[in-house]
This record gives sequence, structure tokens and C-alpha cells, in this order.
Amino acid sequence: MNRAGLLWPAITLALLLIASAVFNPSFLTLAWRDGHLYGSVIDILNHAAPLMVVSMGMTLVIAVRGLDISVGAVVAIAAVVAALMIGGSYDANGAVASKYPLWLALATALTAAAACGLWNGLLVVKAGMQPIVATLILMVAGRGIAQLLTDGQIITVYYPPYFTIGNGFLLGIPVALWIAALLWLGLQLVLSRTALGLFVRAIGGNPEAARVAGVRAGAIVLCVYTFCGLAAGIAGLIVSSNVKSADANNAGQLFELDAILAVTLGGTALTGGRFNLAGTVLGALIIQTLTSMIYSLGVPSELNLLVKAALVFAVMLLQSAEFRALVARVARGKRAGATP
Amino acid sequence: MADAEIMLRARDISRAFPGVQALAGVDLTLRAGEVHALMGQNGAGKSTLIKILTGVEVPDAGHIELVGQPITPETPVHAQRLGISAVHQESHLLPNLSVAENICAGRYPRRPWSRGGGIDWRETERRASELLASLGLALDVQQLAGGLSAAQQQLAAVARAVGSGARVLILDEPTSSLDADEVQALFELLRRLRAKGVAILFVTHFLDQVYEICDRMTVLRNGKLVGEYECVALDARGLVSAMVGRELAEVEPPASAMADGTGRPPVLTARNLSRRGQLKPTDIEMRAGEVLGLAGLLGSGRTELARLLFALDARDSGEITVDGAPAHLENPADALRLGLAFCPEDRKHSGIVADLSVRENIALALQARMGLGKFLKVAEQRALAEKLVAALGVKTASIETPIGQLSGGNQQKAIIARWLATNPRVLILDEPTRGIDIAAKQELMHEILELARGGTAVLFISAEIDEVVRVSDRIVVMRDRAKAGELPRGAPEDAVYAVIANT
Amino acid sequence: MNRRLLPLAVTIGLFLAMVAFGAIRYDGFLAPQVFLNLLIDNAFLCVVAVGMTFVILSGGIDLSVGAVIALTTMLSAALLNAGWDPFAAMAVVLVFGAAFGALQGFLIQRFNLAPFIVTLAGMFLARGCCYLISTESIPIENATYAAIAQARIPLAPGASLTVGALIALAVVAAAMRVAHATEFGRTVYALGGGESSARLMGLAVDRTKIGVYLLSGCMAALAGIVMTFYMLSGYSLHAVGLELDAIAAVVIGGTLLAGGVGYIAGTLFGVLILGIIQTLIAFDGSLSSWWTRIVVGALLLLFCLLQRLFEGRTPRKT
Repeated sequence: MNRAGLLWPAITLALLLIASAVFNPSFLTLAWRDGHLYGSVIDILNHAAPLMVVSMGMTLVIAVRGLDISVGAVVAIAAVVAALMIGGSYDANGAVASKYPLWLALATALTAAAACGLWNGLLVVKAGMQPIVATLILMVAGRGIAQLLTDGQIITVYYPPYFTIGNGFLLGIPVALWIAALLWLGLQLVLSRTALGLFVRAIGGNPEAARVAGVRAGAIVLCVYTFCGLAAGIAGLIVSSNVKSADANNAGQLFELDAILAVTLGGTALTGGRFNLAGTVLGALIIQTLTSMIYSLGVPSELNLLVKAALVFAVMLLQSAEFRALVARVARGKRAGATP
Repeated sequence: MADAEIMLRARDISRAFPGVQALAGVDLTLRAGEVHALMGQNGAGKSTLIKILTGVEVPDAGHIELVGQPITPETPVHAQRLGISAVHQESHLLPNLSVAENICAGRYPRRPWSRGGGIDWRETERRASELLASLGLALDVQQLAGGLSAAQQQLAAVARAVGSGARVLILDEPTSSLDADEVQALFELLRRLRAKGVAILFVTHFLDQVYEICDRMTVLRNGKLVGEYECVALDARGLVSAMVGRELAEVEPPASAMADGTGRPPVLTARNLSRRGQLKPTDIEMRAGEVLGLAGLLGSGRTELARLLFALDARDSGEITVDGAPAHLENPADALRLGLAFCPEDRKHSGIVADLSVRENIALALQARMGLGKFLKVAEQRALAEKLVAALGVKTASIETPIGQLSGGNQQKAIIARWLATNPRVLILDEPTRGIDIAAKQELMHEILELARGGTAVLFISAEIDEVVRVSDRIVVMRDRAKAGELPRGAPEDAVYAVIANT
Repeated sequence: MNRRLLPLAVTIGLFLAMVAFGAIRYDGFLAPQVFLNLLIDNAFLCVVAVGMTFVILSGGIDLSVGAVIALTTMLSAALLNAGWDPFAAMAVVLVFGAAFGALQGFLIQRFNLAPFIVTLAGMFLARGCCYLISTESIPIENATYAAIAQARIPLAPGASLTVGALIALAVVAAAMRVAHATEFGRTVYALGGGESSARLMGLAVDRTKIGVYLLSGCMAALAGIVMTFYMLSGYSLHAVGLELDAIAAVVIGGTLLAGGVGYIAGTLFGVLILGIIQTLIAFDGSLSSWWTRIVVGALLLLFCLLQRLFEGRTPRKT
């Protein structure tokens, strides 16, 4: 992993944390309450978990020069499938039971999500569609499917074991964070211990050279899109577990945009090739810290959008060769002194 | 002909790029009503000269006159307005617009305001039809340009140039992708233009075509002008001699050259291998432990043949057998699995993945063959990379350095290392010594011979004919996208040139 | 000529097939007002989709239009309630929309940025600005606006159009002329065919690139004005997701998402198809409206696959 590439995201995050602490003296305090860690920082980590998970999937897709704007819809689909299969009602003993075994509900939801990812991958690899076009279709239709399944209602889940995913704590740390961390670890292992990392970077770095070297790009790209769908599914479970319901209309709203922003903030270029998973995680944290800071400042949360807009512009311009050339020219001109 | 009006006179043109003098004091004189060939090998400076004439580049020194008036083309559009138009090998027509619109784009006829203003499409089509008719071209002006064949698009592009008032027409390798009939159609058009007084600059590698259509030729070598000749005054041997810079002795090409007395078993055989516009039907056979050299001038079809053998490009015809059995060879992954290896000519585009380390680049092909299931552990990759880096003398700070930071020659060596790592049965090397210093070249040649001794069949492609001759057990000579002949081990260089010049 | 019109023919055919389906299945489907309502209810979508067509034809995309529409409604409401003359207010917001679009176009052209990301950030920016003005809905109490909103232009007994629908038709007509008969329009098509080739032909590529986004922003603002006639309020949550509907209308109308091929008339029919899907579902009564999204998605898939086949025959270049 590129150490230098983590510098800017890390600095940005540090600055944001410091700024938050300045505005809110108790920001950085951690306490141990009710058997788990408690504090603003924990909240941020907890709420950032779904975005971290989705962004990790998005990172690999962008690394192979692709894009997936349907992740928000897949989040909704996974949430809805799980919620429908669990539901929750009182059984004969007066305890709450779920319609189907928990593991089955989770497995079905994740399978559906992975299938969505595979669908996107097939459109891109086999039908040769541009990634934006291919994933646009699921983005439009996916939410419709989710709403159809729930008939437009918000499905409330009453089954306590399900809540642990989004609300529970393990050894004091939020379960959602554990999930994100495990996913990150798992990815790191797969990327470094198998050829996947090498192939992804080769395909994204120079597709023609990869082809000449005999890399079978089609299968790799399919895997990557499927994983992205799966990651969106995991995020969907975390989100719906957290709010104890599944809202087909709002679940995962704007997730794709946040995910792309997190990936680019973290140092992965939209042109593909080199990617930075750790940077992506930092990017997701930056976005969540910003949201939290804006909320705690009492500023209307809608201003979040303005800040995100500014961030996107800044990152884009910095990644643009033409912009950097312009800045270099201006800097040289100033250093050269006055006009002749 | 000497008193025909001089349309374009470029004098003393020089242009340097960092590290290389692309052109030094080159003159070019184009006369009205003449087809003038621009000839030269790699590094001659042809493309730089074209870029200067068409306004893509500005010369460091020298001046250009068009019909006696000094000009300095600053952009391609400016050059077009001055009257210098270029038609390139890849069509620059807009595939989604009609032929008529492509011809008239930017110069649309308008309806007068009294009749509503706006573009007059009927007039546009009429003008386009008229222009095509005057050039003897039968193209449907309403058809979308994308529906035309590559050859027809080229003719339409020439028509556009003529329609915009070109007095000098530059054709940059126009026949590279055309079949015989299409070449004749193009030449028909060029003859018409010549009769109309247009000055035509024809850049090509095909020697036959030069003598068929051109009146005069200018030969460049290493950025300098070798000379301007009338086509009737310089024969093919003289032309080849001027391009490569050596006097060619009169040599009789040996009568039969296919004899193979060593009894080496054939590993890879291709019969009737062809691809439209790239390679005419060719047979080739590679034998275990043998270095087969592929010699020929630039553009003769060597790389095209190699790419078809490795299934990098889809072939139109041809059966390939490996070890006597028909092989399923549809893509590079198949080729890799069969034990083939291909080190491409253009390392930047098809070779290196710039951001990956030297180690990763070297391990890439081997890992690709092993698939996703088996992983070459990092420690193994390191050992492999270090061994090959030492063997080939790749100069790098460490094997973890991104390969993009290495010099061109070292990148080349690293890519060769990548293919050596797969322990291939057949190794195709396309210009492996380009950009490598003398000492390293020797090492590389030595390595190649070692490989052959170990049983690998090697296909060695190089523009340096002396290298090919020195290291090959057998030499296949290519010319104008087809096999021109075969020569045995020890044939002198001049024999190769004799086959090329077809004397 | 014929082969080029094939995608448009498919779109019109699909529309007629849906009309026939509705006519057979439901009583009263063929009432003239039903069809006029297609245009009335989707007038703002039509206007913005026309602007989007130009952008997509040039090979780009504009994700900010929904947000610009909302911002336009907010600005209009704010200006009107501050006492501005209605037509002055309309002029101001139109200029604003054009400027917003031009700014995006400038960033895309000058710094070679991906249109997807620039207009995405533009979307964030415009929505954020909406919230700056107000997070609540602002009712419009201007008499002129109310009069325009109520106005009905009768065509036949029981069939009438609104001002918004007329604006939409006028926009379509004007756009068809620009696309077909002006150098700007032809350069847009040329851009979609290949930017470097278009440049080599001496076409004003840079100006046109900025111009399409300027046009799209202006159309979004005009669509916002039409929406204020329809809704008589300014609200930051107006037109959420409308950009996707606009893109869907353009694609279903036969325009290639990769650019260079398509007709404005096709977009009109694309809008009508989106409208008729909702009408069919409403007539059915038993299907939930969520089916709209699914059907639109399925149509998008169908048309994109068809486009791939079409593209396969005429090879493209960048």
C-alpha cells in the first residue's frame, strides 16, 4: 500500500476531528457505559460503517475502470428482503420469533445483493455496456423492485437478534464497526494472498498490457462487480438493523454518490489502476465526521450537500492534469516576478 | 517536368525534441501535379516533417513557402485554410454523420434569412455529389460515414480535403489497411488529382506502390535528407540502399532456402494465416531449439504476423497447429496456456503496467497462466524477479520500484523477463533490442541463443538486419505484408536486401 | 436515410403499441384529454429532457438538472414574494440557470473533467443552495402566476392545453430546428461522433461543449418555471430524481447514451411513453405505482441493449 497516498486523507480527517473538538469540548471524550464504549467518536465510527462497507466494494469497481451507481438501490433491496423474511411476531411462548431463521434471511438478502452485482457485471462484460449505463438501469428499476416487495410500506422488524448488527456491541465496540473491520481485513487478505490484487491493478492500470500478458479480464471484472453488490447488501443489513426497519424509498439514498466521493477522497483515481482501500476507509470517515460536525454545530444538515459539493470540486480539480498545469504556470509566473 | 510550378518548398527544416534531433536541415519540394513519395525507416523523421507541414508542430529552424508565399502553419485547421490538408491512416470522419455532411462540415451552405435561415441541406448534398462526381467517386452522399468501408472513408476524406481547397494533399500511409482493389481505386483518384494540379505527398512503406504511382521521392534517414530522386532514375535496390544507408552488393538470393537438415521437430505451424489489411496469407513454421529471424523493412508485416500467431488480433483465415495437433488459439490467454510467449514492440502501450512494481510486472504473465486459484507467493515472486533482473541486467533501484520509473531499455528487459518467467516453448520477440545499449544487446542475444539451445523455439523480429542475420538459424523475409522469401543460416545481409528489393 | 430513423421508429411504434394496449383494455382511454394530459403533466420533464438531449448527443451527461429545477422554483418564489414583477423574475431565473450550466460546462471543457462528476457536484451545490434559501415549501401568491397556472387553451370541446404544455411544444419545435439546421446543433452531433475529428474539421468544439451545458441549465430553469405554474410553490424537494427520468426519456427516445445519434422528436415521444406508463398504471388501479420504476428500468435495459447492437454495426471512436 502506498504510504504517501494516505497522507492527505489522514491530515484532512485529523483537521476535521480537531475542528470538531474545538467546537465541542466533549467531542473526543470516551466513556464506558452500559457495557460498551460511548462517545461522539464511537458514534461517527458506527454511522460510518455502512458507507465504509459500500465504499470498499466501489473501490475495486473503480480500480478496474468501472463505476456502480446502483449501490443505493441494492442497499434498499437487501434491507427489504431481510426485513420481510424476519418481520417478527409473537410465537406460542410469548417471545418474539422471526418468520424464517435469521441465518436464512440474512443469506437470502446477501445472495440477492450479490446477484444484483453479478447482473451489473454481466451487462458490462458480456453486453459491453458502459458502466454508467449498465448500473443506471438497476439504479432506476432496483428501487422500484424494493418498493414493490414492500408495497410502499416501511417494514418494521421486531426481532431483537437482528438489531445487534446495527446496534449491538462486541467487546465494547459497535458490531457494525466489527463487520466493516472484518470486511477490510478479509479484502486485504484476498488482495495480498491471491492474484486478485495484482490482476485488478493490471486491468485498471493498462488493460491492453494485461490482455497481452494473458490475464482473463472478464472473469475478474465480474467478480469485482458481484462483490460490490454483496458489500452493498451488507451495508443494507447494517442500515436496516440500525433503524429496525426497511424503507424502500429512503434506504441507501445518495449512497452511491457518497461512496464515489469516499473513494476519490481516499486517493483512488477515477481513471483506475492503483487503489487505496485504507484511503477509502479514511474517506468514508471524513464524510461522516463532516456530517456529524455540521449537525453538532446546529447548522441545518442540508448544508452537508454544499460542503460535499465543495469537496468534490476540490478533489476533481486536484486530480485534473490541466488544472495542475494551470496552477504551476501561475506559480511560475508569480515567482518570475513582475511583468516585463 | 522540372519546370512544373513549385507548390510547396520547405527548406532547412530542423526540429529537436528532448534527447533527439528529429530533423536536421531537411528540404522538401513538392510540385503541382505530382505524386511525391516520402520514404524512410524508423527515426528518419517522416512523421515530424508531416506534423510540421500540417501545423501540429512548429520547426526550430527553416522556412516553408506555399506557391512562393512564406507560411507558418500554427494549427491543423490553420494549415487546412492555407491549403495543406492531410489524410491519415485512421479516418477522421465523423461516423454518425452523412458523407455529405462530413464533406461540408464547417462550411455549410446557408439559406438566406428571407427563406428562414439555417443550413441548406439540399445544397449541401448537391455540392457533395458534385465534388464526388468530379473526382470519379461513386459514394452515396446520404449514407452515414460509419457505414462506409475503411477504404471508402479514406476516399471521402480526400474528397473533403479537395473540397476545402487543398493545394497540397498529404497522405500518411493511406494504403496500410487496403486490399489490392481498394488501392487501385485510391490510385485512380490520385491520378485525377494529379491531373488537376494538386501536389500530393505520399508516405508509405510499400515499395511496389511507390514505383506504381509516384513521380518523385524524397528519402530521409536519421533526421537528415538523403536525397530527392525521380522514380525512374532510382531502382528498388538503390532506394533500399538510400533508406538503410549502405551500399548493397549484387548478391544472388540462394535458390532454395527451406531445407532443414537438423531434423528439429516443428512446434508451431501456421498455414494460410491472414487478416484483411494486415497480412496476406502466409505460412510459417517454428521448430524447437531454433531461432527463426523475421526480417523486413518497417511496415512489411512482421509485427502483424507475430500478433496473429499469438492471437492478439483475430485472424481472418489460417490454421495453427501446436505439436502437430490443431490448437484452440483465440486469445492471448489460450496462447499462454499452450506455452507461447509474446514480447510486444510497443512496451508503453502493450507491455508495462506503469504503476506496478518491477517484481509485479515480471510475475504477471506467469500468474495469469496459473490463474486465480494458485497464487505465486510474494517471496516466490521476489526470488523469480531477482533472478531474472540479474540475468538480464535490468538496472533498477529495487524490484519494488514502479516500472514506470525505469528507463525505456530497462523496461524492455523487464518485459522480456516477464515472458522468460513463463518458461515458454515458443517465444516471440518483437524488436527486443530497441532502445538498449550495445553491451546489453550482446547479453540479450546471448540469452536468446541459450534459450534456443534449451529447446525453446524463438521468433526474433528486428529492424536491424545485421542482428537478425547474426543470430538466426533461419530467416523469413517479409515485404509489403507478405512473405517474400526464406534464407538459411549464414546468409549475408545483402541477400536479405536482395529479397526485399526483389532483384 | 431509412436506417437512421430506425430507433425513432421503434420509439414511436412502442408508444402507439402502448396506446393500442390501453385503448383495448380500458374504457375511456382514447379520450383526447387523456393524451393532452400526458403533455400537461409532463411538460416540465419534456423541457428539461430536451436540454438533456443536447448534452447527451454531445457525449456528456447532466445530473444537476433536477436540483436546478428545484432551485429555480425557490428563487422564483423568493423573488415573487419580495414583490418582483413576474416576467422580470422569470428572466432572472433563466439567466441564472444558463450561468449555472455555463459554469459547469466551463469546468468540464477547460480542465477536462468528467461531466458525470462535475454535474454531480453541481447537483449537490444546487440542492444545498435550495436549503440555504429555505427548508420549507414557499407558496407562490403572485396573481399573474396563478392566472397562468389556471389558464387553459381550448383545442376542441373537452380538450385543452396548459401554458406549460404549450411552452414544452414550443421548446421541442425550436430545439428540432437548432439541432438540424444550425452549426451549433451540427457541432453537437459532431462532438458525439468524435471530438478530435470534429476539432480537425475546424468546428467550434470548445464553445459548443460549454454551450450544451449552458443550454441544459437554461432549459432546467425554464422547466422550473413551468413547474411553478404547475405547483405554485417553491420547494427544495421538488424534482428529486428528475434527472434520471430525463435521461430515461432521452434514451427511450432513441438517443445513444454514448452520443452522436438521436433526435429531439424522439425525446418528445420518450416523455410521452413515460407519461403513458403512469397513465396505464393509474387506469389499471390495481397495480402499485412502483411498477412505473420497474417498467422504466426494463425499457431502459431494452433500449440500451438495442443500442449496443446498433453500435456494433457502426464502430465508434473517441
